Amino acid sequence: MPSITFIHPDSRRQQIEAGDGESAMQAATRNDVSGILAECGGNAMCATCHVYVDEDWLSRLPPMGDDEDALLDGAAAERRANSRLSCQIKLDADLDGLVLNLPDRQL
Amino acid sequence: MSATEKAAPAGVPSLDVDPFSTEFFEDPHAIHDVLREAGPVVWLDKWGVYGVARYAEVHAVLNDPLTFCSSRGVGLSDFAKEKPWRPQSIILEADPPAHTRTRAVLNQVLSATAMKPLRGHFTALAEAKVDELLSRGSFDAITELAEAYPLSVFPDALGLKQEGREHLLPYASLVFNAFGPPNQLRQEAIERSAPHQAYVAEQCQRENLAPGGFGACIHARADAGDITHEEAPLLVRSLLSAGLDTTVYGIGAAVYSLARFPEQLAKLRSDPTLARNAFEEAIRFESPVQTFFRTTTREVELGGHTIGEDEKILMFLGAANRDPRRWENPDRYDITRRTSGHVGFGSGIHMCVGQLVARLEGEVMLAAIARKVGSIEITGPVKRRYNNTLRGLESLPITISPA
Ligand code: HEM
Ligand code: FES
Repeated sequence: MPSITFIHPDSRRQQIEAGDGESAMQAATRNDVSGILAECGGNAMCATCHVYVDEDWLSRLPPMGDDEDALLDGAAAERRANSRLSCQIKLDADLDGLVLNLPDRQL
Repeated sequence: MSATEKAAPAGVPSLDVDPFSTEFFEDPHAIHDVLREAGPVVWLDKWGVYGVARYAEVHAVLNDPLTFCSSRGVGLSDFAKEKPWRPQSIILEADPPAHTRTRAVLNQVLSATAMKPLRGHFTALAEAKVDELLSRGSFDAITELAEAYPLSVFPDALGLKQEGREHLLPYASLVFNAFGPPNQLRQEAIERSAPHQAYVAEQCQRENLAPGGFGACIHARADAGDITHEEAPLLVRSLLSAGLDTTVYGIGAAVYSLARFPEQLAKLRSDPTLARNAFEEAIRFESPVQTFFRTTTREVELGGHTIGEDEKILMFLGAANRDPRRWENPDRYDITRRTSGHVGFGSGIHMCVGQLVARLEGEVMLAAIARKVGSIEITGPVKRRYNNTLRGLESLPITISPA
């Protein structure tokens, strides 16, 4: 069971336990992480599950698809080099300890 | 209208309520409660099908599409045994991998990126509509607002011609009645369907869809090779079926909720940025799309019962959205509630592909109301509209005053 940490814009750290095979978005909404809206429920349509991946972890994530790339251009908060959609990050034991920063807004 | 001969499976609570009767449509909440409390899985004797009304089981069924399939129809009719009343949908009534391909196309055509250029126009028309209604004061919120606004934005966004649009609402009402059992609502709708079906088939063709609209975008994806030129009209048909009436019922639900909960209207007025969540909460609270079926592809364990292969299961989305196991004060319309996880748009791979269109319409309309309207008062008899799948009103006479 991977454990992941969300860092809120006010620097507050929130550590949660994710189920195997869950996406980072699913783990966040199940644990009421307030900065993840996830309107489309993980269907890669809405970009309201935007996160900034901690630099140490960025290269360890699978590459993003075209849909994700296009959507991130329209995300509410600024897109950065470490922007990802948390619904497209599937968690497994390799991602135990993953750190994700929350943007200041999702809409 | 015959009931089935199938006997209730041993151990599963059997109920004789008919969720497709006018009695049910008038007041589903008390019966939803009975369904939820009877057990995690129930048997609906009238139609010989399983039912799930608790949040956990509805969510579980929605999120296991290989066991609980859609390709045999998401209505009562089992396409393995009965010919569909119209050519089967290639998205709603499809399973992976076929669904994955068509879904990817509509995902892109209706994504957040595609909504951006529409927002300004949708907002301007919502504000103009509220101004016009304020100048009249008293009107029917269903025809003059919940129907009039989506009709003023959605057919244009799709790229439809002006002529023939009067077929749109009757066609959608037919589609949603047809998911139900062979009762009078379904039979009459299908008997009268020919002219509406002819109109819709025509409008799905490329030459009838204006450039830049959702319809033209779908046909362009056939040029790109993502779908075939035979599939493109069928995907356009999905938007004609599910894209208009649903938002009519959604906006109707939101206005009806604000009219009944004046303290929530006050909250919305003091912070118009709550508009999007106020719409979302109305979808949870009223669940304009009440039910869909699935069919089992194998024997499966659900809620402690073993369900055999080839069984139809009715999911009560509206009951799940008010399940006290999942929601605090479920019968309160609360626009600051954290609504995420509600199943009013479904959940999983079939979760509404038009949800961002619906939310855009709902948000800009409620934001216009928040800024311009001071009060909403119900001034006459509220009449319900009967449909086998959709829940909403026939008439909602209201008087509004300026802020
Ligand atoms: C408030 C308005 C709406 C509600 C409550 C609603 C509800 C739903 C629900 C519950 C489903 C899931 C069906 C299932 O699991 O079998 C669904 C799917 C779908 N909706 Fe909506 N809908 C709305 C608006 C729209 C709009 C505006 C469009 C088109 C622009 C649309 C097009 C579709 C389509 C094509 C599907 C099938 C998706 C798939 O199977 O992958 N809907 N909708
Ligand atoms: S939840 Fe919508 S894109 Fe991730």
